[in-house]
Amino acid sequence: MRENIKFEEHHGFPWKQVIGFVLSIILTVAALWVVFSLSLTAKATIIVILALASAQLLVQLIMFMHLSEHEKAFQISALVYGGTVALIVVGGSVWLMNGM
Amino acid sequence: MSKANESTIQKNIPLEYANEEGRVKIIGFWLFLAAEIVLFASLFAVYLVYLDRTADGPTAEEIFEIKGVVIQTFLLLISSFTSGLATHELRRRNTKGVVVWMIITLLLGVSFLGMEINEFITYVSEGVNISTSAFWSAFFVLVGTHGVHVTFGIIWISFILVQVAREGINTVTSRKLFIGGLYWHFLDVMWIFIFTAVYLIGMVL
Repeated sequence: MRENIKFEEHHGFPWKQVIGFVLSIILTVAALWVVFSLSLTAKATIIVILALASAQLLVQLIMFMHLSEHEKAFQISALVYGGTVALIVVGGSVWLMNGM
Repeated sequence: MSKANESTIQKNIPLEYANEEGRVKIIGFWLFLAAEIVLFASLFAVYLVYLDRTADGPTAEEIFEIKGVVIQTFLLLISSFTSGLATHELRRRNTKGVVVWMIITLLLGVSFLGMEINEFITYVSEGVNISTSAFWSAFFVLVGTHGVHVTFGIIWISFILVQVAREGINTVTSRKLFIGGLYWHFLDVMWIFIFTAVYLIGMVL
């Protein structure tokens, strides 16, 4: 007999979606503010806005995409695989072409 | 286990997880998204490597219209939210709610796409196109690939809605709606990275 499927309950008001939406707006406004109003060095600005984009990714995955449902381990493994390749390809290319 | 109706084993199980086919296809879609991440990663790598290879032609700073891009970003963020609301209504098995929120999502997607096409037309009229320089080739391919994905998503989800209108919410249509929602959120995430790595970094450097 199979195990019970894990899933999120959806009753009444969609609080999770509303919180996710507010967070996604805050993160985007914060990125714009850092770029246009805060005068950090170019390097610091880039690090901060990339961190904000990564936070946005987590908001979408957790608040909207039901990442922890069903086969959580498979879903996260798939993303870790994609993310690892992305980091190696993007980070490696930039490092090799500009920094080395 | 007897051959009794599987969905009676667990109470209120979402229809997209109610049978093996739905469960397997949803995992399959997450694997597809991983492959999509790799596709976009390769385009991001090309773009970032060619960041200043403008061949003495126009640079990003001279051409980019950040105002329109900010509006596009908010349109897509709102559409991701409304798509999330559609999935919420799907779980409550409220067909009307699903259809209404999904149509709003698609309209926001169409507005986003209209603005992007307009942006490209403006850029071309200002003298840059896909063959201007390595930088502009990489730019149009990266942003264009995302635009093609949004276009595909709008067409695909429209057809899913036709099926929902005809059959209502069942194990097949709820699986398709859920997967369509995942795809839409994914496109929003990819846009956030384009917005950050292309336009915001373009403003900084």
